Amino acid sequence: MSEEFKIEIVNPEKSFLVKEDVLEVVVPAFEGEMGILKDHISIISFLKPGIIKVFSKSGDENYYVEDGIIEFKNNNLSILTSAIFSVTDLDKSKQGDLLKKAEAEASKSEISDQAKYLADQKVEVLRSIN
Amino acid sequence: MASLDDLKKRIASVKSTQKITKAMKMVAAAKLRRAQESAERGRPYSEKMNNIILNLSNGISDKENAPKLLSGTGKNKVHLCVVMTSDRGLCGGFNSNIIKKAKSYFSKILNEGKQLKIITVGSKGNDQLKRVYGDKIIENISFKESKNANYFDADKVGRIIIEKFEAGEFDICTIFYNQFKNVITQLPQAQQIIPLNNEEDHNNSDQSYEFEPDEDEILNNLLPKNISTQIFKAMLENSASEQGSRMSAMDNATRNAGEMVDKLTIEYNRSRQAAITKELIEIISGAESL
Repeated sequence: MSEEFKIEIVNPEKSFLVKEDVLEVVVPAFEGEMGILKDHISIISFLKPGIIKVFSKSGDENYYVEDGIIEFKNNNLSILTSAIFSVTDLDKSKQGDLLKKAEAEASKSEISDQAKYLADQKVEVLRSIN
Repeated sequence: MASLDDLKKRIASVKSTQKITKAMKMVAAAKLRRAQESAERGRPYSEKMNNIILNLSNGISDKENAPKLLSGTGKNKVHLCVVMTSDRGLCGGFNSNIIKKAKSYFSKILNEGKQLKIITVGSKGNDQLKRVYGDKIIENISFKESKNANYFDADKVGRIIIEKFEAGEFDICTIFYNQFKNVITQLPQAQQIIPLNNEEDHNNSDQSYEFEPDEDEILNNLLPKNISTQIFKAMLENSASEQGSRMSAMDNATRNAGEMVDKLTIEYNRSRQAAITKELIEIISGAESL
């Protein structure tokens, strides 16, 4: 029996990634990392900044996301996100830019606890990519 | 009758106008292709977003305490209308069509004795509306400096709307834009985004979802995003429509200019011939009288 399912990542501008031969996806869900295999129960959840790991027959890929929402249904995983970057494409300067932005956000004093938490997450994840 | 010189000048000026309209048409055609592509590429996102929200709102157990962005404030007093137009003119009926649609909606609302607030996106809409509804316009947003519609701009508009909603400044929000159907047809649309209109309540998915965290929190997180997404969709459709509309308008203008040049050329030749004939008659009758 095949253990594959379909993943589709879309951002507002375009369909970012479509793959049919995915074995496992690990997403940074809001309440902790979550691995999704075939025949997972239907679930809707949203993401915090982190790395999406896609394991597929045609190779593994990592993506950095800042936010998003995932829906898994009938072995279709849809990830909607407004900011996503492939880790391999993420060069030093781009990463530095994002990091600077996140750090500036995190150091603001008047933001809410949740926004602060998210910004801290961004900083942490971006630093860990190196 | 205009003199020969005047005619010649007019022909030259119509010809140069034709050149301009022709160039504009080509530019619009090139831009249209890009705008159309991005409109089509943007559709999956907003469709999926809609789907998820539909599933979520079907799954929500406690309708009374549903987030206000979904269920509305329960009142129907103050209407906020977001009129999205272009920043540039010379695009046929593109802006006027949106404005016409919006104006008929405005007068309906005002006749019902409700309060009206307007946000204009794009300077052309503001220009046309401020004469009649100037006192109702509370904000004017324009993205002249951004070349293409991008999500960042849409998000800005979305945030403004949500801020105002949370401050209780309005109950119902409707956006006006042109939906791109094809190059010659653009349909002006009025879409209600707050509260979310769940008319197509096809409850086909009995499948229950697992939510993490719970429905309310996801909805609270998702609904503001959905507003931005809908606005972004409207912006993409609008920019495709604008280019399409401009292209057909400029095509017409080029054709009209061609017809005008033909007509003027005939007139020019006729009056040239008339002048020659007149001179001949003068010479002949002069010779005869001798």
